[in-house]
Amino acid sequence: MTSQVSSPAEQTDGADETVVGAQRKPVGTKDVRRLDRVIIRFAGDSGDGMQLTGDRFTSETASFGNDLSTLPNFPAEIRAPAGTLPGVSSFQLHFADHDILTPGDAPNVLVAMNPAALKANVGDLPRGAEIIVNTDEFTKRAMQKVGYDTSPLDDGSLDGYRLHPVPLTTLTVEALKEFDLSRKEAERSKNMFALGLLSWMYHRPTEGTEKFLKSKFAKKPDIAEANIAAYRAGWNFGETTEDFAVSYEVAPAATAFPPGTYRNISGNLSLAYGLIAASRQADLPLFLGSYPITPASDILHELSRHKNFGVRTFQAEDEIAGIGAALGAAFGGSLAVTTTSGPGVALKSETIGLAVSLELPLLVVDIQRGGPSTGLPTKTEQADLLQAMYGRNGEAPVPVVAPRTPADCFDAALEAARIALTYRTPVFLLSDGYLANGSEPWRIPETDELPDLAVRFAQGPNHTLDDGTEVFWPYKRDPHTLARPWAVPGTPGLEHRIGGIEKQDGTGNISYDPANHDFMVRTRQAKVDGIAVPDLEVDDPDGARTLVLGWGSTYGPITAAVRRLRTAGEPVAQAHLRHLNPFPANLGAVLKRYDKVVVPEMNLGQLATLIRAKYLVDAQSYNQVNGMPFKAEQLATVLKEAIDG
Amino acid sequence: MADTNALLQLVPRAEGKQSMKDFKSDQEVRWCPGCGDYAVLAAVQGFMPQLGLAKENIVFVSGIGCSSRFPYYMNTYGMHSIHGRAPAIATGLAASRRDLSVWVVTGDGDALSIGGNHLVHALRRNVNLKILLFNNRIYGLTKGQYSPTSEVGKITKSTPMGSLDAPFNPVSLALGAEASFVARTVDSDRKHLTEVLRQAAEHPGTALIEIYQNCNIFNDGAFDVLKDRERAEEAVIRLEHGQPIRFGADGAKGVVRDPRTGDLEVVAVTADNEGDVLVHDAHAASPTTAFALSRLADPDTLHHTPIGVLRSVERPVYDTLMSEQLDTAVEQNGKGDLAALLAGNDTWTVVG
Repeated sequence: MTSQVSSPAEQTDGADETVVGAQRKPVGTKDVRRLDRVIIRFAGDSGDGMQLTGDRFTSETASFGNDLSTLPNFPAEIRAPAGTLPGVSSFQLHFADHDILTPGDAPNVLVAMNPAALKANVGDLPRGAEIIVNTDEFTKRAMQKVGYDTSPLDDGSLDGYRLHPVPLTTLTVEALKEFDLSRKEAERSKNMFALGLLSWMYHRPTEGTEKFLKSKFAKKPDIAEANIAAYRAGWNFGETTEDFAVSYEVAPAATAFPPGTYRNISGNLSLAYGLIAASRQADLPLFLGSYPITPASDILHELSRHKNFGVRTFQAEDEIAGIGAALGAAFGGSLAVTTTSGPGVALKSETIGLAVSLELPLLVVDIQRGGPSTGLPTKTEQADLLQAMYGRNGEAPVPVVAPRTPADCFDAALEAARIALTYRTPVFLLSDGYLANGSEPWRIPETDELPDLAVRFAQGPNHTLDDGTEVFWPYKRDPHTLARPWAVPGTPGLEHRIGGIEKQDGTGNISYDPANHDFMVRTRQAKVDGIAVPDLEVDDPDGARTLVLGWGSTYGPITAAVRRLRTAGEPVAQAHLRHLNPFPANLGAVLKRYDKVVVPEMNLGQLATLIRAKYLVDAQSYNQVNGMPFKAEQLATVLKEAIDG
Repeated sequence: MADTNALLQLVPRAEGKQSMKDFKSDQEVRWCPGCGDYAVLAAVQGFMPQLGLAKENIVFVSGIGCSSRFPYYMNTYGMHSIHGRAPAIATGLAASRRDLSVWVVTGDGDALSIGGNHLVHALRRNVNLKILLFNNRIYGLTKGQYSPTSEVGKITKSTPMGSLDAPFNPVSLALGAEASFVARTVDSDRKHLTEVLRQAAEHPGTALIEIYQNCNIFNDGAFDVLKDRERAEEAVIRLEHGQPIRFGADGAKGVVRDPRTGDLEVVAVTADNEGDVLVHDAHAASPTTAFALSRLADPDTLHHTPIGVLRSVERPVYDTLMSEQLDTAVEQNGKGDLAALLAGNDTWTVVG
């Protein structure tokens, strides 16, 4: 079967060489080399617009049809002191002509907008990497600020790299001299100059960015035109200057993708879409109760924009009120959601316990970040697993679902909603900062492919008393799912009271009876234990003796590491958990099939603790808690040691 | 009864005639014998048939504390939630279900201590909730510690040498929190309580009713000065909209504005100053006078305690505004189209 990548816009713009989604080739006579993949990192001050630059390069790359994966990395401060190491903001993009799984271990190209950006990132570069620096910022004072006594541009310390010194600021100002802009205003377009240069180097389509700039600055057409001019000047600079002798082609990843319509999507966006889709599939209005917190706020922002889907978003006075309002809406028959990060989960714990007791559907979305306490707000971590599992008073089991990639957040949100609605329970959806802000291509599903989440509210009595009276018992359970009926206010005859005090089985009336409490505790646990989840799939083509087991956002790096090992002839089996509670029924059997089980996690071994406790398996932890995702090479080394050891 | 509140029209009305019995649940009431809560429960159950709403569209949400057991005894929908959070939970319910009449039952510890934040924000937002704040100036369910409305120097188990912190005046607090409706009443005055409930129910937006409620176990007689016929005459200032604010035997005392400070003071009414006696205006746009009235009460002796509706003004209701934004979004962008949303504007196609 032959595949081809085409863009909807191609038809209309046939004659133009700057077609959206089509490669824009340089017109000069310079060398062109083909690469199968490239990793670029843009780095600058947190006010330099590096995230925007990275986003735009990503969009160009997505529309061209490469596979890609991104890693934004920025400080928690909005504008950290200029020119300092803590103020450096970066955006890494990995794109390829084949399917890839991670934003890449080490950049092939670093764009450093100032000395701080160079210093903070150069250590990650392999020898021979290209470095494009903005020489205008390499003043004595700026270099001293980050501890360069001599200029790294001339002291030989960068000899092992291919250095491209470019006076980006001067060139940008020069390019914009026709515009009625102050020097300071003109300088602000230097990120677009850099983007233009990189777009030339990698033959990116340019029309999308020009369209984007026009729409972003629709109210300031002068600024829009200035940015476009800087962007074009960057492209032309690449084409004309002798310093850049070669440009590169990275062909579309034509065979990497199944047929379909694709877009680039970040984890928080796909999660928000998953919630809207779940609301539609359940035919229930979506209610979000939330309090702003990094890195979860974008879900609140996104859902707030879609009120025409009947989405109600409530920015509460605190985390507790956010989940409280959601729980109130759940009582009223909404698909209720609260979104937060680790510190917010801590505050919501008591209300999650109430939801366990009330047995109402509720999604608790935790975009994990570095902890404990405030920790590292903008960095990623997986250290809330045990908080999600056990962070409540009493026996309060809550199902836990974790997405594995940015695009997978969409499906994981639907799955979390399915469990919540079917079993009338709060459900944790554990994403993290890496998934939230990272992006990748996503095959847009047809809406008729989405799961049916239809719910039936209780409509009438469900129990007959000994005297023949028909009554409604709010805690009379479905014998298969053990879910209790969801009777929403407004339904005549079903008036009932529920609360956090222990309830008598069936009637739901207050009960302090010891045997009843024992029964209810075990029943709530049995309900969660009995949730139907698919069996764990194991990828083991070579009959390996070592299994690597992961969960959540480590999927990309683990899979990339596994591929490297297999390519090198090392058999290794891989399995990745979406359901952390309950575990898939076959997990125990899978674990026992292998001599060794390695569990890489961005925490100190939380999943490993769970499986060691439950299955008495001597799982080995491999842990990293530095706020960054694993690197594939690092994991490959660890797995190799495990295989050999 | 005549509905003046358009929001009340959104709640379905009862089809047949209702009686107090319809609102009594089958659960045995478990408050201490003699508790003031019984009187409030009876007043509310007695008032509901007057309100005439379909009982399946009425929800009582409570927090934790003695008073928060209230929902179990109402044959409506109800939720006995967790400590202090009832206003937040009720906000989500009211904002997502405008066809419901949502009532919050809370106490002085629940609403003003652990749940203080939710209370003030509910009031500021003006969510369509009716909040019944049972104030007995003590912690009852935890057996007798002082509360945020206890008088300074209160001797309790947790304050054997007397409490140190100054109390909240819930009415002052609510007025400061931008409340659109604030009233105070007393558990034992069924008629007054019912009338305040009626006005609260008709109010569009958050209505806060502070109900002085006797805890006969841990703080017995806390409000006797307001209940005892002789003493009450001198202690209680009954506010009625449009009426001069007078009290005491034969209305011998009145409230006037001190022209020098603008503050309010109690004076003996004479022929000379009778014309200066303040006429109560619950609908005044500014909360200033209502606040000044709330400050007349002595926090220790409760002398000059105003009861009745201190403030009742209309301002935009949160749930209405939220609902209108949803309608506007549909008008502007059409009803949400999931396929279009998922596709976005930047796509490419891979052909097999």
